Amino acid sequence: MDEHTLAHGAYWTVKEMFTYPNEYIYWGIHIVIYPYITGLVAGAFVLSSLYHVFGKDELKPVAKFSLVFSLALLIMAPVPLLFHLTQPFRSINITMTPHFYSAISAFTFIYMTYMAIVLSEIWFVFRPFIIKQAQERSGLMGLFYKVLTLGSYDVSEKALHLDEKIVKILATAGIPAASILHGYVGFIFGSVKTVPLWKTPLMPFIFLMSAVISGIAICIVTYIAGMAFKKHFICFVPIKSMCKVLSYFLAIAFLLEGIDIVFHAYTAEEFWGIMSELLFKRFAFKMIVIQWICGMILPFILLTLPRLTMLRGFIAGSLVLMGVFTMRWDVVIGGQSMSRSFAGFLDFHLPVFSSNIEIFKEGLFPAIFLLSAPFFLLYIFNKVLPVFKDIFTEQECAEAEDRLSQRLF
Amino acid sequence: MVTRRDFIKAGLLTVAGMAIPISALEMFKPEAMASLVRSFSEKKRWAFVVDTNKCVGCGMCAKACKLENEIPFDADVQRTWVERYIQLKDGDVVIDSPKGARLGFTSNDPYGHEIKDEEITKEFFVPKLCNQCEKPSCVQVCPAGATYKTEDGVSLVDRSWCIGCGYCITNCPYYARFFNPVTNTADKCTFCYHRITKGKNTACIDACAFGVRKIGYINDPKSEVFKIISTQRVAVLKPEYGNEPHVFYLGLDHIVR
Repeated sequence: MDEHTLAHGAYWTVKEMFTYPNEYIYWGIHIVIYPYITGLVAGAFVLSSLYHVFGKDELKPVAKFSLVFSLALLIMAPVPLLFHLTQPFRSINITMTPHFYSAISAFTFIYMTYMAIVLSEIWFVFRPFIIKQAQERSGLMGLFYKVLTLGSYDVSEKALHLDEKIVKILATAGIPAASILHGYVGFIFGSVKTVPLWKTPLMPFIFLMSAVISGIAICIVTYIAGMAFKKHFICFVPIKSMCKVLSYFLAIAFLLEGIDIVFHAYTAEEFWGIMSELLFKRFAFKMIVIQWICGMILPFILLTLPRLTMLRGFIAGSLVLMGVFTMRWDVVIGGQSMSRSFAGFLDFHLPVFSSNIEIFKEGLFPAIFLLSAPFFLLYIFNKVLPVFKDIFTEQECAEAEDRLSQRLF
Repeated sequence: MVTRRDFIKAGLLTVAGMAIPISALEMFKPEAMASLVRSFSEKKRWAFVVDTNKCVGCGMCAKACKLENEIPFDADVQRTWVERYIQLKDGDVVIDSPKGARLGFTSNDPYGHEIKDEEITKEFFVPKLCNQCEKPSCVQVCPAGATYKTEDGVSLVDRSWCIGCGYCITNCPYYARFFNPVTNTADKCTFCYHRITKGKNTACIDACAFGVRKIGYINDPKSEVFKIISTQRVAVLKPEYGNEPHVFYLGLDHIVR
C-alpha cells in the first residue's frame, strides 16, 4: 500500500459499529505515558517536600532521592509529547506563537517554572557536597564539580543556614507548582468537551491524586530496589512513613474516581448508554479488576493491615504503579474508544514492529524506552550526586523509630 | 454637623439612586438596538445549507472534494462525507458511511448484511462537512495558533505551522478534522475557500446533481442561503456543544448523530 493512502491512526484503530469516517484513536500510548510520567514527577516532589517543608524527619533518607528522581522524571516528561507529534521538529512553534486559550500552550511555561524550582532546589541541597568534591577532586570530574559550584565556595554555618531557608522556600513554592503541572494535565483532558469520559471538572483533582499516589509508590519501589541493589542497610522508618501517606492519598483518589463514575451514571446523559457498555463490559477487566481492585483496594488493604513489612510495602507500591498506569490507559484510550457519534466503538491495537517510522514511533518499543529512561537518568545522577548515600545507619534508624513511636500522630 | 451614620446613609442612597439611571442606559446599547432591526450582523459570513430531503447518496460530492483538495483518494479520511441512516421496524437504527461514501451507496447492505425493504420504516442520507463554527473549539485549543478563523467565518489550517498534536481533531464534536496523509498535519473542509473567495461554488456543490448543497453569505438578503435560513425551519448538528455551527440542515431527523 502506498504510504500516503494509510491515514494516521488507521493502522492501530479498529472500528466497530458506526463511527465517523475521520474518527481514529489519535492519542495513543504516548499520551498515556505523558500524564503518567508527569504524575510521577509531581508525586516524587511532594514526597521530598514533606521532609523539607513539613518537617517529617523520618523521611530524611528519601528526601534527596525523591528530589533527584523527580528531576530525572521531569526531564523525560515532555518527551512522549514529542514522540506523539506528527511534526515534532515544529514543537517550538508553541512557544513562538503562544496561544493562551489552549491548555497545551501553557505547558512550556509551567514546565520551565517547575524545572527552575527543582534544579535550584537540588543545587542548594547538594551545595556542600559539590563544594567538597570541587576542592578534593582533580581532573575532569574536579573541573565538572568546579563548574557545578557556580563559583560559590562558602560553607560557613551562616551560609548553610541560609541554604536551608532557601530550600524550604523553594520546596514550598514547588508544591503548588507540582500541583499546577499535573492538575493542568488533567485540565487538558477535562476541557475536551467532545469526550464525555474526560469532560468533568473533577479531572484535574483526579489526576492530581493519582499523581501523588503513583509518585509515592514509585519512590517506595525504586528506593527499596535501589538500596537492595547497592546492598545498603534499608531503614524501615521512612518506608513506613511513605506507606502511611500513600494509604491516605489512595483513599482520596479512589473516592474521587468513584464520584466521577457515580455522577455520570446518576445524571445518565445521552452518552451514558454507550459509556456504561464501555466501562462495565469492554473495559471492565482493566478498570474494575486491574485499576480499582488490584491498583487501589488491594494495596490499601496491604498498607493498612497491622504489622506492615517492607515486602508488603514494596508489593503495594508496585500494585499502585500498575493501577495508575492502567488508569491513564483507561482514561486516554477509553475516552477515545467511544465514538463521538455515541453509536460505535474504536479499539486500539498497540503497534509493535513496523518498517514505517510513523507507526513504529507510536509503538511498544519507544514506550518501553520512555518508561525506562528516568531510571537510567537516576543511575547517571547517582554517579554525580550521592542520592542513595545519605541514609540512616542502623543506630540512627532505631533512634528515629523511637522518636516516631513517642509521637502521637 | 453630619454624623458618620448620616454620611453612610446619604452615600448609600446616592449610589443606589445613581444605579437606576445607569442600568437604564443599558437599553440604548447600539448593538442591542441594531439586533432588533436586523438579526444578522452586517459582516459577511459564509454559511452552508444542506437539504437532506434531496440527497440520494451518490457520493459524487465526496469524490469531487477529494479530487479538488488533493486528499489521497484511497486514504480513509474525508473533508466531506455522506452518512446513511436506516430505521428498522424494531426501532433499531443502522448507520453507515463506507469509505465516507466516496463511491456512493450502491446496494442495501450496510456492513455486508442485506436489509429487506419490509423491515425498514425510514431511510435517508445526510451529507456532512466542517461546520465552520462561530465559536470553533478546534481554534480554541490549538497550542500554536496554526488553525484560525477568517473574518468571513471560515476556519482554516496553516499547514506550515501545525505541529500535529491532534488536540483540534480530538476537540471537534463532528470529527470533521483528520491528519492529512501527505502533509502530516491537521486538515479539514475549508468550504473550498480558494474557490468561494473567487466567486465560484465549492467542488461538492458543483458535483451535486440534485441541488442538495448551497453556499452563500448568511447576511446577504439576496443569497439563497439567507432566504432558506430566514424563512424555513432549519437545524444544526450538535448545538449543545455551543460551537454555533454554520452548516444548516433542512429535514434533519432526530436519529442523526
